[in-house]
Parts: sequence; C-alpha cells; structure tokens
Amino acid sequence: MHLRRFAFAGLIGTAAICAASSAFANDTLTVAGLGGNLQKDLSATLWQPAAAGAGVSISEETQDGIAAVRVQVQSGSPTWDVVHLGADECAVGGKEGLFEPLDYNVVKSDGFDKKAYGKDWIATNTYSVVLAWRTDAYKDKHPTSWKDFWDVKAFPGRRALSAYPQEMMEITLLGAGVAKDALYPLDTKLALERLKEIKPNISVWWSSGAQSAQILKDKEVDMMAIWGSRVASVIKDGAPVEFTYQDGLLGYGCMAILKGSKNVAAAQKFIAGVVSPEIQARIPEMMPYYGPSNSLAFKVGKFSPEVLAKSNMSPENVAKQTPIDTNWWRDNSELVREDYSLLMSN
Amino acid sequence: MSAAADEAPSLNVELLGADERRHRFAMFGLSVPALLLVALVLLAPFSWLTWLSLFDASGALSSENYARLLRPAYINSFLSTLEVSALVTGICVLLGYPVAYLLSQLSQRTAQILLVFIILPFWTSVLVRTYAWLVLLQREGIINTWLKQLGLISESLPLVNNLTGTVIGMVHVMLPFLILPLYSSMRAIDPVYLKAAANCGASPAQAFRQVFLPLSAPGLGAGGALTFVLCLGFYLTPALLGGGRVAMWSTQIADAVSKFANWGAASALSVALLVVTSLILLLMRWGVQRLGTSVGEH
Repeated sequence: MHLRRFAFAGLIGTAAICAASSAFANDTLTVAGLGGNLQKDLSATLWQPAAAGAGVSISEETQDGIAAVRVQVQSGSPTWDVVHLGADECAVGGKEGLFEPLDYNVVKSDGFDKKAYGKDWIATNTYSVVLAWRTDAYKDKHPTSWKDFWDVKAFPGRRALSAYPQEMMEITLLGAGVAKDALYPLDTKLALERLKEIKPNISVWWSSGAQSAQILKDKEVDMMAIWGSRVASVIKDGAPVEFTYQDGLLGYGCMAILKGSKNVAAAQKFIAGVVSPEIQARIPEMMPYYGPSNSLAFKVGKFSPEVLAKSNMSPENVAKQTPIDTNWWRDNSELVREDYSLLMSN
Repeated sequence: MSAAADEAPSLNVELLGADERRHRFAMFGLSVPALLLVALVLLAPFSWLTWLSLFDASGALSSENYARLLRPAYINSFLSTLEVSALVTGICVLLGYPVAYLLSQLSQRTAQILLVFIILPFWTSVLVRTYAWLVLLQREGIINTWLKQLGLISESLPLVNNLTGTVIGMVHVMLPFLILPLYSSMRAIDPVYLKAAANCGASPAQAFRQVFLPLSAPGLGAGGALTFVLCLGFYLTPALLGGGRVAMWSTQIADAVSKFANWGAASALSVALLVVTSLILLLMRWGVQRLGTSVGEH
C-alpha cells in the first residue's frame, strides 16, 4: 500500500517535471543563421546577450538562404522562429509574406538608416564591399577609388569582381562618376556598358567569399572588390594587401520572424535586444570589419581610435560609404543577374 | 496409339507454357521492389518537377518558365554547356582510347595493376581534386612558376579561371568514366579476329581500322555518352575553375533555387536539360550503330 502511494507520488512528480520543462521549452527560440564563422560571431556578440536580456534561451540551426525559409513557412508550422539573412533576401521574403510584422513599439528603430529596416525585418549588422589591392603590385601609388579601378593605364594589373551583380553595379556607377546620393534607381544600361569596358581586365569573377580571399592572397589578381571581413583575414594571414573604405558599399545582415512561429512575442523581445544600442556596441570590438546597424552604438560605447579606424560603421568611415538599397534589388535582381551573367561569359 | 502420341506433345506444350508463365510472374515479382524504388525516387520526383515547371511565381498555370529559356542569358549558357561537354568528351576520347587499347592488349594481371591507377582518383573527392588544380594552374601556381624558372615564359599563362582550366579539371574527373566501359568492351574482343584479318592479308593498321575499331564502337559509344551526359550536369568544377566565365546550365539551376527561390524556373531548366540529354543519348545510340556497321562494311 505504502509502496503504491509512493509510486503514485513519484508519477505525479515526474508529470510535474515534464510539464515544467515543456513550459520552459516554449521560451526557447530557434534561430537559424547562415552558419560558419559569421554565425559563431553573431551568436557570441549579439544573440546570446539579447536572449539573456529577453529571458529566453535560444537553440541554433543553420540554413542556406531564402529558399530554405520559404520551404519552412510553406510547411505551415515552421521549426525556426527567427532567421538571419542578407537584407536583400529579407526584402524578398517580406514581399512574399514569409514573415510576421515587427512590432516597432518593442523593437526600437532609432539610430537606423531608413534603408536598414522594413515592415517585417530589421538590419542586425552591416558589412562593407571595399576596394583592396596588393601592395607588391602597386608600390609607388595605389588605387584610391573605383575610378582608379577603371583606369587601366595608370593602374595596370589583373582585377576581380563578384560573379553576382549586387554591389558590383553600384561600384561601377561610382567609378563612372555617378554621385553617391544619385545612385538609385541604378542606371543599369550605363553600368553594363562600363562593365563591358573593364571586362578584358577582369581575370576572375569570384562567386564565394572564400574564393575572393584566396585569389587575393595567392596573387591571382592585383586589385579587386571584396568584403571587408574577408580582406581583413587575408591581411591577418600576412599577405601584402591594403584596402580602403572610400567609395565602399554598405550592405546589411538582417533578422525576421517566420510567419506561423509560435513564439512571436518572445521573438520580438529577442530582436529588440539584438538591435539595441548597448548590444550593437559589442560589434566593433568583437566583430571588427563588420559593423553595428544601429548608429547609436557609437554613442553608448567608448572605443579606442584603433577600433574606430577598423570599424566600417565608425562615423568617419561610414561617411565614405553608400548604403545598398535592398528594395531596388528585391525588385530588379533577377533580370539584372541575367544581363550580368551574359556579360561575364560572352 | 498414334492419337496418344499426338496428345502428349500438346499436353506438354500447355504444361511448359504454364510453367513459363509462372516463371515470368515470379521474375516480375522479384523485380517489383526495384521497380517501386525507381518509381519512387525517379518517376515521382520527375513528375513533380514537370508539374512545378508549369506554374509561375504566383501559382497560376503559365508557360512563363519555358518562355524564359529563350532569353539570351539562358540560350548562351545552354550552348556553352553543350560546347564544354562536347569538348571535354572529345578530349577524353582522344586521351582515353589509347589508354584503354593499351590496357586491353596487356596481360590481365598487368592490366589490373594499371587499372588501379585509373580508379584511384575515384577515391578522392572531386572538390579536393579541383582545388589541387587551382594550386597547380594559377598565376603564381606551381606550373607557371616552373615554366618561368625554366625561362620558357616571361609572363604567367592564364591557365585557370577560364575555359582552359575548366576543361582540364573536367577531363581529369571524367576520364575514368570513358576508359572503364571502353576497356571492358575491348577486353571482350577476341584477338583471333585480328589474327584472321592478318591472315587475309590486312596490315596491322587495316586490321585495327576495319576489325578492332568497329568492334570497340559500342564501348566507345557507351563511354562517350556517359561522359557527355555527366558533363551536361557538371556544377562544381566549372564553378571553381571557370572564374565566372564558363556559364553552365547547372549554375543557372542552382541560382534559380538558391538566389531567387524560383522553383518553377529551376524545374523548367531541369526538364529542358533532361529532354535534351535524352535526345542526345538517342542520337548517339543511332550514330554508334551506324558507325559500327558502316566501318565494318569497308
């Protein structure tokens, strides 16, 4: 009899523990990023402190872009709550209705560029596309802007651009003398003409970040357009390479909540934390060559001159660059890509 | 008596026929799992793919996905895919035929040892082999550095990040696919035929051209077709060694899925590739049969 009662109590106890743990599980957000070092850095710098601040725990997954997100949402019950993507993909997803609207009473957009958030997504970090060159190829005078990239007489040598038109169309137009604030809508006709001119001097159209770093490090090219984070690692490896933020392009990484997520309220709080100035202020030191998307980060944080010189978003460096208009790319990407790929291979 | 003798065979035929039917039925039963597997992993997805390709992004029935294939970017990459595949297959045939011929003339034992060297690359990942070519061929790579040290060239040759590098890398991957079927068909050719040809007064070259070549044609056709078809869907090597210049159909499919999340477009591209591949295979089969007969007639 006693034994049976004891067993019964044990059963109730077990049930209670199960109930408690499942209640706890509701406060676990599943965050899917693009994997690799970027996700590791983002998690340590932004996601973990933001989750702690919002009182939730996060479990991480990886995905490979908007196609995977679309499949998740179409399934009706997504297993991810929040995704980290490139901002052009967030803009596409928003247009397709893949995301829950962000509650801008919870998520504060003060300190953000207008191009850095939408109805249902917000930028969580920035990256730069910059002009980099081999110092052993340009000893006396090095290129300083995209105009020099197109000047093959003054700066001979092999060049590289990305195999995807985003950012490349912009730098082409900047090289052609188009003013920064008159870039959008992009004059694609002019850009394609100018690209055709430089094409004989382009020896590689790179299609991945790893490849872009490799061709610069191995001296396959002398001058190129490359992501700031990638060129930083090449310099760190000891290659004779320099770069400038002058005329750079600022792109965004972004976050959004998947439509059908069961943790929308917690996800709003989590994202609010990720973009808050205090947490954003961790980026310049923990992820140099990426930048905070919230400019207030430089108000709340105190940084050494070295950190400021490296950060692509420090007030001095940000003034040299142009933010990408993700909405323009959302609407034009596919056709521009066709023209661009035809130009590369023809 | 005679009536009974007439009856017996007909009874036998009936019994034999029933037995035959039972046997066929059992054989069919045994192959059902394989047929189901093919239906499940090949026919079902392919039907699904075809179905997807008939709808535009908004979900309405349309021919949009096929109309886009006629745009210049797609036509260009389609032609370039055929061109690269034909080039790689051609080079594989030129390099592979003599190797297979040599192997078929050696003793079984020696041939088997040499075959290991041909199969060896299969055990290394394509990715690793492709990166190895990058290290060898690039501007400051091993080959260019040696050529410069030997004083043969003053400026580095553009060996990679273009068509040259892509073709070198693809030939390396594809060669075993040509050599293996070719070798096994050459092994099956009885050397007595060649001796007979010599007895009839044929020179070695004549014997080769009029006897050996036609007899090896089916193997050459099989190997060539296999190589060509695999080339049509090649993604990795052109993407890594082409430097963005070699537009392959597979790159367009990958972009349609991963860059634009446009399943309809990707499906239409895949269906087009499959249809063209089938047509080319039929054409090749017809060509090989003709080659086999016409060379033999001379």
